[in-house]
Amino acid sequence: MELGVYSFGDVQRSQTGLGPTSQAITNLLEAIQLADKVGLDFFGVGEHHTAYFPASSPATILAAAAATTTHITLSSAVSVLSTDDPVRVYQQFATANIISGGRVEIVAGRGSSTESFPLFGYDLRDYDALYAEKLALLLQINDLGPNEPLTWEGQFRAPLQNIAIVPQPDSPLTIWLATGGNPESSIRAAALGLPIAYAIIGGHMSRFAPLVDLYRRAAEQYEMKPSDVKIAIASPGYIAEDAKDAKDTFWKHWGWTMATLGKVRGFAAPSRAHYDAESQQDGALFAGSPDEIADRIIALHASIGHSRHFFQMDVGQLPHDKFLRSIELLGTEVAPRVRAAIKDKK
Amino acid sequence: MTSQMTPLLGIIGAGRLGTAVARQALRAGYSVQLANSRGPASLALPLSVLLPGAKAAELTELARTSDLIVLALPLHAYRSMSPELLAGKVVIDAMNYWSPTEGRIEEFVGSHSSSEYLQTYFSKSRLVKTLNHIAYHELEEDALPADAVNRRGLALAGDDLSAKQLVSQLINELGFEAVDLGPLARGVLFEPDTPLFNTRLSAAQIRTLTATTPS
Repeated sequence: MELGVYSFGDVQRSQTGLGPTSQAITNLLEAIQLADKVGLDFFGVGEHHTAYFPASSPATILAAAAATTTHITLSSAVSVLSTDDPVRVYQQFATANIISGGRVEIVAGRGSSTESFPLFGYDLRDYDALYAEKLALLLQINDLGPNEPLTWEGQFRAPLQNIAIVPQPDSPLTIWLATGGNPESSIRAAALGLPIAYAIIGGHMSRFAPLVDLYRRAAEQYEMKPSDVKIAIASPGYIAEDAKDAKDTFWKHWGWTMATLGKVRGFAAPSRAHYDAESQQDGALFAGSPDEIADRIIALHASIGHSRHFFQMDVGQLPHDKFLRSIELLGTEVAPRVRAAIKDKK
Repeated sequence: MTSQMTPLLGIIGAGRLGTAVARQALRAGYSVQLANSRGPASLALPLSVLLPGAKAAELTELARTSDLIVLALPLHAYRSMSPELLAGKVVIDAMNYWSPTEGRIEEFVGSHSSSEYLQTYFSKSRLVKTLNHIAYHELEEDALPADAVNRRGLALAGDDLSAKQLVSQLINELGFEAVDLGPLARGVLFEPDTPLFNTRLSAAQIRTLTATTPS
């Protein structure tokens, strides 16, 4: 079982409101380096384009992290492929992958935020078509043999005529498909032969068990290589020594984020009672003490058999020192308990 | 209405909402069929795993045979269906005009309920707006039997009383207390950016919250 963290580059609170986005980026790099140091397996950077979450360029951060870490797998979580050029995404991640000695991956998703559409001049009405075409092109580039040129034509970018896409890592990038639970996405991942990452940010975890089953059945039907059939879970989470402290702290920052997001997207802010219900047992929010979080990961693994679980901790201007402490506890307290309970480390 | 004990429920759209409605309806004893834009073959695998007992149907077949139809698609996809397709049917509009996630759709911009526009488009159908203001997974997580205390309420609005009766029965059997807020125009009371949207409320709380709002 691999454990890790993902982040959108949360800004700090300043005396006047939101702190500088520059600090969020240096904090993020520091967090990745700590995650590596405490033995975590994974760190994902999620592409976002807001004043709260300024990690707009994951590959750049990952390249810096690649050069200053030794073991941890580095990835986007997610790359908003729909509004980017798959050629450029591949080149950037391939470069970072080479710098890291093969530790950089891509998690591709449609993304639940839509800021990048107006930013890069795309039309939300093309949401599905953009994603399908760009993912297919990325996979085609990734499957090219050494120095094999690419010829490609599609709807959303200029055609490619017998062009080399460089650099190429020594082995292809691992590319995951991320989904928020649409049944079609589980089938799509299997049809494309990709491992899958489920983002579970609310409700009961167990509702994803049938989708994981669907992915596995589809993987059989599409004759995926068994070693490629992998399931990752991404969920909100925060760890502190004391369970009550962890829950109170995360409520403050997660609750703020949901209330803020709610204003933009038109839903009411969640209540503390709702939060409390979701931050225990089968809930999607992993806020608690190391023992509690370890137990919940182990229980989830027993029901869906995932091989990687990573947590978004720094939301709503969580103080940076608390973020770092939570990463440390995940690496030094939670991970050993989970690994001891789940023998297959992968 | 067919001679069955419960109506045959047709769900158009097999995404997160469509499959959640289908699962609850199957539990409640409904016969359920689903259709999507890509045809029944594309639904064979997902239905066999996620919804044993539900039937995959061609869209036209589903429209012809269902007693009650749920629209569970992204809103813009309504254009892919002709108004004639759903003529004479009771149709639940479970969709929302939600520009932050779907982008601007010109015909829905303004102060009217998105369901009012759809009712003019599907002019020969009897539209009822509901199931749009609950997170899809909460359809399963929050469902409670009729005699439970603190049962969650779900609002509905529509211009046809007998259609609303049929839909109210469905809502109740899915595990929620149906709250009729009046004609379709009152659907604005539970669209995005309202206190009812995505909030756990009892029927009494829904009535209180909407009582002071002028229609």
